[in-house]
Amino acid sequence: MKAFKNPLIALLAMGALALALEFGFNAFFQLMAMFILVNCLMSMSLNLVNGYTGQFSLGHAGFMAVGAYAAAYGSSHVHIFPEPFLMGNYVITTLLAGALAAFAGLLVGLPSLRLKGDYLAIVTLGFGEIVRVALLNMDFLGGPRGYSGIPSYGNFISGFLFASFWVLLCFFTIWRLMGSSHGRGFLSVREDEIAAEAMGINTTRMKVKAFVLSSFFAGVAGAIFAHITSYISPSSFTFLQSVNAVIMVVLGGMGSMTGSLVAAVIVTILPEALRPLQDLTGIDLRMVIYSLALILMMILRPKGLFGAMEFGDVWRKYVKRSS
Amino acid sequence: MKRLLVTLALVLPLMVSCTKKSDEILIGEYDSLTGSDATFGLSTNKGVRMAFDEINAAGGIKGKKVALKTLDDQGKNEEAASATTRLITQDKVIAVIGGVASGRSKAAAPIAQANKIPFVSPASTNPDVTKIGDYVFRVCFIDPFQGFVMAKFATENLKLKKVAVLRDVKNDYSVGLADVFVTEFKKMGGEIVADISYQAGDIDFKAQLTQIRSKNPEGLYVPGYYTEVGLIAQQARQLGIKAPMMGGDGWDSDKLSEIGKDAINGNYYSNHYTVESTDPAVTEFIKKFKEKYNETPDALAALGYDAARILAQAIERTSDMSSKSIRDELSKTKDFVGVTGKITMNENRDAMKSAVVVQVNGNQRKFITTIAQ
Amino acid sequence: MQDFVQHIINGISLGSIYALIALGYTMVYGILKMINFAHSDVYMVGAFGAYYIARAFGIEAQPGIGSLAILLVSSMIACSILGLAIERFAYRPLRNSPKLNILITAIGVSLFLEYSGQAVFGADPKVFPEVMTDHTLATIFGVDLKSFDLTVLGVSILAMLGLEFLIYKTKLGKAMRAVSANASVASMLGMNPDRIIAFTFVVGSALAGIGSVLVGMKYPKIDPLMGMMIGMKAFVAAVLGGIGNVGGAVLGALIMGLSEEMVVAYFSSTYRDALAFGILIVILIFRPAGLLGKYSVEKV
Repeated sequence: MKAFKNPLIALLAMGALALALEFGFNAFFQLMAMFILVNCLMSMSLNLVNGYTGQFSLGHAGFMAVGAYAAAYGSSHVHIFPEPFLMGNYVITTLLAGALAAFAGLLVGLPSLRLKGDYLAIVTLGFGEIVRVALLNMDFLGGPRGYSGIPSYGNFISGFLFASFWVLLCFFTIWRLMGSSHGRGFLSVREDEIAAEAMGINTTRMKVKAFVLSSFFAGVAGAIFAHITSYISPSSFTFLQSVNAVIMVVLGGMGSMTGSLVAAVIVTILPEALRPLQDLTGIDLRMVIYSLALILMMILRPKGLFGAMEFGDVWRKYVKRSS
Repeated sequence: MKRLLVTLALVLPLMVSCTKKSDEILIGEYDSLTGSDATFGLSTNKGVRMAFDEINAAGGIKGKKVALKTLDDQGKNEEAASATTRLITQDKVIAVIGGVASGRSKAAAPIAQANKIPFVSPASTNPDVTKIGDYVFRVCFIDPFQGFVMAKFATENLKLKKVAVLRDVKNDYSVGLADVFVTEFKKMGGEIVADISYQAGDIDFKAQLTQIRSKNPEGLYVPGYYTEVGLIAQQARQLGIKAPMMGGDGWDSDKLSEIGKDAINGNYYSNHYTVESTDPAVTEFIKKFKEKYNETPDALAALGYDAARILAQAIERTSDMSSKSIRDELSKTKDFVGVTGKITMNENRDAMKSAVVVQVNGNQRKFITTIAQ
Repeated sequence: MQDFVQHIINGISLGSIYALIALGYTMVYGILKMINFAHSDVYMVGAFGAYYIARAFGIEAQPGIGSLAILLVSSMIACSILGLAIERFAYRPLRNSPKLNILITAIGVSLFLEYSGQAVFGADPKVFPEVMTDHTLATIFGVDLKSFDLTVLGVSILAMLGLEFLIYKTKLGKAMRAVSANASVASMLGMNPDRIIAFTFVVGSALAGIGSVLVGMKYPKIDPLMGMMIGMKAFVAAVLGGIGNVGGAVLGALIMGLSEEMVVAYFSSTYRDALAFGILIVILIFRPAGLLGKYSVEKV
């Protein structure tokens, strides 16, 4: 188990997975796998804000949109590296996309993070909507027509490895961060803000830090999303997308990285798995089931699937006991 | 352990691919069967199904029956993309009939093009759709033509000199039509006195209409969807705006008159076909549709019907039913007698056909004139 | 000049619709200190309830005050029952949970209502029965004052006055204020907080029910997502006026309606929805208690 905590080994594992997916499954599963990676990024980054820092952000789709459009625009216009090193271009555009999204996070976070609970939720929701409306009006980005013709990553393996790299980066960054004093700062903000302030922690700064980091990875998720579906439009980044991210975090357990990952997989696969049922009944059951799940989770198991435990803790608690 | 089993239980259904019977031709279709534009998708689907039912009853294509697999895109672009991916890679269809909204087609067509599977759109009118690649076709006219049609109608038939435009800024169809109308109308010597926007989903248009009223237009061009146009007409009349309203095929739904009631009567829109046509092919189609579904077909049902039949004929003309030959035969479609007019594919894989202008009169659509390319 | 007056009239009529819904938000927040996200969807269900009852009784064919009354009553009953159910099954179990959980549940309920609405009613719009015709009652500065607009404004003001009377001049109102201040002490003094809270929900939902019928008459198109934007704006209106404050809700709503109208008329309609959020952000930064609210310090 300890081996998995080493980033290089994790990267190799993802590489093996990439090969397996390339040769064992068809393009539909490959597309699903890429969507799962995007959702992993969204849920892990939102987990940092909602789970560890205890702030409720409902505007994650806005940051994703910023990243997606920035990357789309960048990929169509930035061509620094020649042919064999095309991926280099993508690294740069994705970094810039993330940075732009992080900047947006700073702009949104600074004024709003003084607000509490409900109000923060509404303000972030508002920000998500404002981003969408602004994008609708930017004709050079396509406006309502959307932005088409975004270049793809080439073959599946390079795309998958590229996305996995970012997922692992996000995972290990947050993992290590939570183990440091910054992480404890985040947790203290969640537990009791007034006590944290009394202990000398600048809670607003902590919240903004979490927000900015989370927006960075949301922007990266958006960038990857833009490249796997070669067409994006403002209607892909509505409030529903933010709710999607929230559902993943809540389902997985607010404060559990493993939970976010597992929930991301479930949430991506579920609509496709439900399709036969949907064709049968002819109605869009996915959102109905999600919202019902949200309510029931909150009433019956507010901790989510994993609570605040990680995979290692679950292993120790449930599996080791039997041995 | 339990969680692992649950995850497996969810994933396994995906692994079971539907076995394709070798004596069936599998054709895929995606449409908005749910969502706010549901009437568009449901109509198109009815037309497509009726066409394939007729073909199967007459013996199928090359002796094999056609199996149609329809997936719902729920009115979302990414769903259209993943539905198309699923149809092509999972179900292995030999052709895809796309849906109505151009936004959805723009998300789905690239996938068909990349996989070299022919893609036929019944009603996506945005010019960018067929530019995606040589496997993408459409059986309707394109937006620039529709904008031109109404500009010509406004100038020549209604003799209007000053027109105000009210566009749905959230909908690229509406924006496209409005832009072309403005250019063409000005070219024909008219004046655009106001160009104001609203958003799909709005219910109150008094602010915009008050602005328009102050400019005293002789006509109002509203190229939006029926969901808002009905309300706009009502509120325009309430504010005392008496100028005639004009629009595009987005008006075509029987809900338009339900919502607009008296206010929408007397207004005009461009459409793909008219129920009042005396063409025997059309009257026959309307009769059969009414028998099967107990309702009058609208333009989208007619387009779905034509799209399915053009595709079937193209497949019939090939010798080996491979994707490439189907694509080639589709591009050779010439003077196909459809219920939406005589259809010929031009070099951009857009259908060359004329448009009709109809006038709203309760639930009837009175035919006014035909305008050709 | 005539246009400006027309815009003012439009803005006030828009604002009075927001007012009816904002009153519901403000009442629930006042007593439970939570934002009832599902309120706008209760409003939507009321509209559909009235629609189906009208169809069942064939009311379309008999316009008049009687039909209007039937619609109003059926909508109010549908909304009240739904409001009660939501409170009982979704919010009450979480009475003592952290605020975050209740917020998530509220969002869940809102989404559930919207999407089940789409599943059950169908996602495409329906046409609300026309039971009253719109007359012009007066004309000032060349602009017509329509009966619908005056009705909605009148009803909102009546509702506001009625609620003020209820909360400040009746025993029940006193109980509501007590539960709002400190629910456990109130229960020690013999009040039943559960009943009081349920009553609050009923009143708020009934107001939403009235609002939905009035809106349905004015804008006859109804669909399952109709509550989303209206609810958001009504909530912002409540915050603008001071959440928890009845008069503030109406004031905030009128201001919202007027500013929205002016922005669309003189600026651009695309910023219509963004304006609501802009106002919210500005208010929360500069005057978080709202225009008529009192700022309370959070005690440890």
